Amino acid sequence: MQIHKYDTVIVGAGGAGMRAAIEATKRSRTAVLTKLYPTRSHTGAAQGGMAAALANVEEDNWEWHTFDTIKGGDYLVDQDAAEILAKEAIDSVLDLEKMGLPFNRTPEGRIDQRRFGGHSRNHGEAPVRRSCYAADRTGHMILQTLYQNCVKEGVEFYNEFYVLDLLLNEVDGERRTAGVVAYELATGELHVFQAKAVVFASGGNGKFYKVTSNAHTLTGDGQAAALRRGLPLEDMEFFQFHPTGIWKMGILLTEGARGEGGILRNKDGERFMEKYAPVMKDLASRDVVSRSIYTEIREGRGCGPDGDHVYLDLTHLPPEQLDAKLPDITEFARTYLGIEPYTDPIPIQPTAHYAMGGMPTNVLGEVLANNTDVVPGLYAAGEVACVSVHGANRLGTNSLLDINVFGRRAGIAAAEYAATADFVELPDEPAKFVADEVERMRDATGGERVTEIRAALQETMDKNAMVFRTEQTLKEALEEITELRRRYRDVSVQDKGRRFNTDLLEALELGNLLELAEVLVVSALARKESRGGHYREDYPNRDDVNFMRHTMAYREVDAEGNESIRLDYKPVVVTRYQPMERKY
Amino acid sequence: MATPTLEKPAEAGADHLVTVTFRIRRFNPEVSEEVHWQDFEIAIDPKERVLDALHQIKWHEDGTLTFRRSCAHGICGSDAMRINGKNRLACKTLIKDITTIKGSVATKPILVEPIKGMTVLKDLVVDMEPFFQAYRDVMPFLITSGNEPTRERLQSAEDRERFDDTTKCILCAACTSSCPVFWNDGQYFGPAAIVNAHRFIFDSRDEGGEQRLEVLNDKDGVWRCRTTFNCTDACPRGIEVTKAIQEVKKALITRRF
Repeated sequence: MQIHKYDTVIVGAGGAGMRAAIEATKRSRTAVLTKLYPTRSHTGAAQGGMAAALANVEEDNWEWHTFDTIKGGDYLVDQDAAEILAKEAIDSVLDLEKMGLPFNRTPEGRIDQRRFGGHSRNHGEAPVRRSCYAADRTGHMILQTLYQNCVKEGVEFYNEFYVLDLLLNEVDGERRTAGVVAYELATGELHVFQAKAVVFASGGNGKFYKVTSNAHTLTGDGQAAALRRGLPLEDMEFFQFHPTGIWKMGILLTEGARGEGGILRNKDGERFMEKYAPVMKDLASRDVVSRSIYTEIREGRGCGPDGDHVYLDLTHLPPEQLDAKLPDITEFARTYLGIEPYTDPIPIQPTAHYAMGGMPTNVLGEVLANNTDVVPGLYAAGEVACVSVHGANRLGTNSLLDINVFGRRAGIAAAEYAATADFVELPDEPAKFVADEVERMRDATGGERVTEIRAALQETMDKNAMVFRTEQTLKEALEEITELRRRYRDVSVQDKGRRFNTDLLEALELGNLLELAEVLVVSALARKESRGGHYREDYPNRDDVNFMRHTMAYREVDAEGNESIRLDYKPVVVTRYQPMERKY
Repeated sequence: MATPTLEKPAEAGADHLVTVTFRIRRFNPEVSEEVHWQDFEIAIDPKERVLDALHQIKWHEDGTLTFRRSCAHGICGSDAMRINGKNRLACKTLIKDITTIKGSVATKPILVEPIKGMTVLKDLVVDMEPFFQAYRDVMPFLITSGNEPTRERLQSAEDRERFDDTTKCILCAACTSSCPVFWNDGQYFGPAAIVNAHRFIFDSRDEGGEQRLEVLNDKDGVWRCRTTFNCTDACPRGIEVTKAIQEVKKALITRRF
């Protein structure tokens, strides 16, 4: 075991982690620990754009953007945070441009902007062009640009270091951040990183679904580490299903396709979104569009022999426009489906896409230990975090924005904290938990296989905890997850080696997914209302009296070692927008 | 009622499956210094990706089989490997596109090995550090002088288009590890680093072109390129890599870019 000492440690090197690293490296001795090479992070898969009310192509302002974000989140958004997001969006985009990001340009040479779901002029009057973009590889360009600037700033990376534990220690009766424990994939060695400040930017946890746009590596490692250390997870029942994933595969086809004029059609060729969202039509918010697609399918208007998908129709758009604005997604259709989008519609279905919930933070990125107190020295940003700017449903283009605004804020806050704080003493045997887990997994001879448990988990999550949920389906999911967690205790891996043991890594990742799936389902069972991405058929209406509040889920272990999830609730911050009925 | 499309089993039967042999180059120095080839015969839908086949082998037959992957749709650049002698991303290569199927059996095995010219660490995993070092050496970031503007820098759509092709690079190393010059001499910067230099040299906002050209004028720089076009053929993003290298060479001669 090796011990390292840094002022600031950042966990994860996607957009949020690298944006934080650029700030933290200028201000403190910083290390970035990342389980993937930085340019492999899933920020790179984001396509459509980054929202900011630049008003480069038509009238717009940050107040409209704030409103759209709050309405998009079905009023579960903390409104002070949404205002910061929308205001700082403008400088965030300009900062990236100055760092070198090659945005598409207007004829005047300014950053071009296009339409995106849920973004509107004057509080819902009509779609507005607010998304700043680089073809349909905006996330790729953000990831590349941030990595380039990390190279420029000399950011220190530990690549393929997998963080498995968060170390907290008590000082003056208060739990403070002491560091993290990481597993080095190349050697199997454990490393303890003692740090004054730790920023979690380790991304999402969508791999507990089968049909998902998420990478294989998005397994909620940060969320699970926090949960195990007794920290709460906020609003985990809110998971976004992106309307347009490639049928069966889940590969993302950007909402920008509809922003450029693409249309969703059922088997009769009908533009069905006109029925569900008369003003915004195909550009209604994602939760609304995904439910509409499944409603069409359920009512027998789905496409194909099994009627299990609908079409994304781009055939009326000029090929030059597709080549210039949507080159990657049209290529996906050609590569994976053998379909030519110039002439044929693309079969799509909703795909599990984004966790609105995560580690609760305030607007500085400080992680909360409960409804009011922060954990000194602990920060989170990006999909792992819940500020909450996305509430019950995130708007498209607000995640690339979130990672830049709150990644930057967390990086600055962490480094500034590190400049004044002392190191917290490491707990006794700091790597013990991880060492035991790794050894147990490597030496186990039980008959359970990772692949079977993971497949069963994904099966039940897709079936029971996706776009439509009821008490019965959620209970079924919970029962199954409980059983899978029991089976997981007997899991063993075939690769007993130390070098690049990805077999072991997958087993550890599965443990995280199982714990987080349980939190999602328990939180969803208790939320007896429908709001944003959480739709309960047995409670189809939003219930502001009882449920306009954030879920806070804690893992508790009793004296006999039995685990359970305890739920608490946190008020929503409301500043200027009272909840209204949500129509698009 | 549950989410509708997923209620019935995903596959109706197994009649669409074909038998394919994957012949994989194995190496694990923890076990042996010897490299060997191992055959895995699996039943798989030929519309699946090579990555799906590797997963099927790892998850159901041999958990020790080791490779990198993440996004599984050609964006993250993790899974460049040599498949039937050609560099490709395993997640962007469909089995049906690289094999001949007679009846329900693939006529030849599909060969999978690590990309060439880099140190193999285990099975299909290679040491990427020298590759990223060459990338860092070309100063892959915007270099400007003077005060920053308050708004964005202006750039015409035409100027933006000038370097569009080379912004697509995902640093997968398929190009560099397909280059015979690089195989013979690992000191050569290689196509990927030059592509990323190109991306800035031809960006109208950048003022570091001269510095970068000096780096690439080095004995291990662009002049080593023998225009074999392997890199262009290998690029999973369709970047005209050789053309970009030629443009950098031309810029070195004319000092115009």
